[in-house]
Amino acid sequence: MKIICNGKEMDVKDSLTIEKLVVDLDLNPATVVVECNGSIVLPDNYAEQQLSEGSVLELIRFVGGG
Amino acid sequence: MLLVNEITYEFRDGLRVVDVAAKAKPGADLFIVNGHPVSSSFILEDGDSCWLIRKGEQPTADELERLLYARHSPGVHDKVKKASVGIMGLGGLGSPVAVALARVGVGHLLLADFDVVEPSNLNRQQYFIDQIGEKKTQALKYNLGRINPYLRIETVNVVLTEESIPALFNGVDVLAECFDGAEMKAAALRCALGPLKGKCFVGASGMAGFADSNMICTRKIRDRVYLVGDGETEARPGQGLMAPRVGIAAHHQANQILRLLLEVA
Repeated sequence: MKIICNGKEMDVKDSLTIEKLVVDLDLNPATVVVECNGSIVLPDNYAEQQLSEGSVLELIRFVGGG
Repeated sequence: MLLVNEITYEFRDGLRVVDVAAKAKPGADLFIVNGHPVSSSFILEDGDSCWLIRKGEQPTADELERLLYARHSPGVHDKVKKASVGIMGLGGLGSPVAVALARVGVGHLLLADFDVVEPSNLNRQQYFIDQIGEKKTQALKYNLGRINPYLRIETVNVVLTEESIPALFNGVDVLAECFDGAEMKAAALRCALGPLKGKCFVGASGMAGFADSNMICTRKIRDRVYLVGDGETEARPGQGLMAPRVGIAAHHQANQILRLLLEVA
């Protein structure tokens, strides 16, 4: 299926969860903010929330330091 | 009409700032017009706002607050004086953000941190050796009071969580995310895009080491939500946090906060 991730179309497996996508992209789920179809997804829901055809995702990655 | 040290003064053509000083503030040796220092022979225009200062003179308490803002552009002080800013984390980002906002005269600051000052903070944070061991909230409040005593400073000495942030900072005009850890940076942004949606927010990510200064920028990611930094340079072994680059990011944050308060962003 196709999703839009940070403005770019991506081909991904059906029934992909947010957690699996984040890990596949080499990102740490704990340091990424995930917005799916305009709503913030809480980290507790990453493992169960599945993406569907046309899902629009925004991933904002943070690095430590301050 | 002129405004001279906040008092109205009659204008006439060709009037030099030194002519006004001779009557309004004899002995003045620093002349600031519309927020900018000028020479004594500077010719004033109708409507100008002047501050005349005798260097080294200890001003009265009444004069001091006005003089602190002499270098501001006109119109800035009244707006920021009424504003409140929350600062989450008082380290290399939060402490210089607070100092900059105190200098500019933001009237109410809500400072939050759970930690105490320790020696490894002093390479970049706005504390002093004699404050080692003090709570950062108290040490910073004290330091800000020495810079600008006309501010209302509240402190919260707790470990902030994603659950506690919305209620604690619901009342501020702008929220500054100045955490060290990436997990709390992400949590703070979730608050800004979720329960605090609509709140002005300025976060930061990526300012370690001594990479190019100009990689650090301010990005608008949503309406009223901004992120500062290069997004990449992580604090890790071999790439520490140091005053220059963390300070650049902090001052990006402070300037973006000022822009939001002045409604230019």
